[in-house]
Amino acid sequence: MSKSPALRVVVFVTLLFALSLAGLALRANVIEYVQRIVLLAGINIILAVGLNLINGTTGQFSLGHAGFMAIGAYAAAYIGVLLGPLVEGWCGPGLLADGLTLNLALVGGAFFSACAGLLIGIPSLRLRGDYLAVVTLGFGEIIRILFTNAEFLGSATGYFGNEPAGLREYTSFFWVYVWALLVVVGLYNLTFSQMGRSLVAIREDEIAAEAIATPTTRLKVQAFVISAATAGIAGGLFAHIQAGIRPEDFRFEKSIDMLVMVIIGGLGSISGAVLGGIFVAVTLELMRDLAQYRLVIYALLLVVIMIVRPRGLLGTRELFDTWKKKSGPSSGARV
Amino acid sequence: MSQFLQQLINGLSLGSIYALIALGYTMVYGVLRLINFAHGEVFMVGAYAGYYAAWLLGVERFEAAGQNFPIYLALVVLALAMGAAALLGVLIEALAYRPVRSAPRLTPLITAIGVSLLLQNVALLVFSPNPRRYPAILTEVRFEFAGVIVTNVKLTIFVLATLLMVGLHLLIQKTSWGRGARATSANLDAAELMGIDTGQVIRWTFATGSALAAAGGILFGLDQITINPQMGVLTGIKAFVAAVLGGIGNIPGAMLGGILIGLAEQFTAGYLSPDYRDAITFLILIAVLLIKPQGLLGVVRTEKV
Repeated sequence: MSKSPALRVVVFVTLLFALSLAGLALRANVIEYVQRIVLLAGINIILAVGLNLINGTTGQFSLGHAGFMAIGAYAAAYIGVLLGPLVEGWCGPGLLADGLTLNLALVGGAFFSACAGLLIGIPSLRLRGDYLAVVTLGFGEIIRILFTNAEFLGSATGYFGNEPAGLREYTSFFWVYVWALLVVVGLYNLTFSQMGRSLVAIREDEIAAEAIATPTTRLKVQAFVISAATAGIAGGLFAHIQAGIRPEDFRFEKSIDMLVMVIIGGLGSISGAVLGGIFVAVTLELMRDLAQYRLVIYALLLVVIMIVRPRGLLGTRELFDTWKKKSGPSSGARV
Repeated sequence: MSQFLQQLINGLSLGSIYALIALGYTMVYGVLRLINFAHGEVFMVGAYAGYYAAWLLGVERFEAAGQNFPIYLALVVLALAMGAAALLGVLIEALAYRPVRSAPRLTPLITAIGVSLLLQNVALLVFSPNPRRYPAILTEVRFEFAGVIVTNVKLTIFVLATLLMVGLHLLIQKTSWGRGARATSANLDAAELMGIDTGQVIRWTFATGSALAAAGGILFGLDQITINPQMGVLTGIKAFVAAVLGGIGNIPGAMLGGILIGLAEQFTAGYLSPDYRDAITFLILIAVLLIKPQGLLGVVRTEKV
């Protein structure tokens, strides 16, 4: 990565520009079916990198991220419907208003997911990671049941906003990948910061980490809240792709999809999570006709990978590690 | 008062089913420190094994003739299902858990989730997602005492579950295998040094736990009338919560926890609202984790580096 702040700004602006160009090119040249896969791949990247922070880097285990995604999706959809007309009245219809509404909705969704993460994380993270798996599994189901019974959010039929046309499609290629970029870069920096090192220490040996004065519970809860917030962002983007969201979209299978993304890529590898997210988005569409076999295949994949390569395909390494070693000394020892 | 007694009876019979399943979780956790996520699916397969065993023994001929299914055949059904589930449990251990036994603790957990998903989705393909009516291997007879309805099914569930648990208790406390299992549970490495074949102990732990789950599956089928391939998910989680409530790794704790969860669920459904019957289990889990993480009968273990 670039060293000087000025260079970073230049890189960032260039990336944004490239993204918007790519978005325009995509919209003009590629059929809608492929566009949807590309959008879902971006959302999966956010989900996978976010889940990797808690399941991979910290070595805890969440099986309920579909629940956080659902909270983010419903909150963002609700806020979008609420704020959409207000923002348009204030700065006129157009791309600016759409972008503003979407981002406010996403931040709102992330906030609600983070609060839920705090609520779940505090009791369950005081103990070892495997309890978290069961608590989050139950939590994900409870959230879905709550949304199924929430009448102001459309109950089991789903939430389609107030208009018969359904939710506005605010999500665009540009915003999906801006957020994916933010999440990836943000979590990359976090992973290689002091906090990230402490999280890895917790994964490797929680008792030893505690013995050298690492505040394990506090760090685990922080990581969990951040992870829940990213799932909320992904949920918000997901909600504004389509006309409506249903509780059925956030079944337990969704959490399993996320788990597969992280494990295929490698527990603790950010670039691995990115690849895993893309892999799941593509296979999900390719296997549409074989839907009933998909989970059988995923389940087999989980068991076989665990037996053959327990740390996932990339392990804790990053894709560009090999390239880095050639060009200079590595940024630090990796566990 | 009669409503209270009714809920108490229903809760006790439901709770003894949970207790049977919770035993499998707690025994496996005791020796391997692993949450065996696939246990709920073993329970489901046990219920289906009972379904097919009853069918093989010609239960529909008795139903068509309006006769009761003979008790000795019902016991054969129970034995066949328990045997099939025990075999499945041992197979799961050998194929999926043994290769990852020495890996970091997250690896067996993910493997367990994978096995659970695999069994559940294969069952969806093989048995079809439609619920099936459970064969009447026990014809229901109702008794009424002062407004409280007791069926022979509920009585059988309670009695059979109690008998199985007493049997397990004797097995663990009085046999040499049981002593080996207790030693392995206390400390696997030390037990191995004392000449205990821990591999054998682990295999038999899976076999016994799975057989009890299958018994639970048949009783569940009798109690709830229908079974489906996804019945293991929620019931499995509830039984796990029962094991945690009683103190995971502790066998009497699992029995106590199962009964308490069953009672809590029935009383919530009866006095509050049936909508909350699943939520109460998770509230109990969170409360236990906050207040007494070692469970009611569990002991605090200090962990060392």
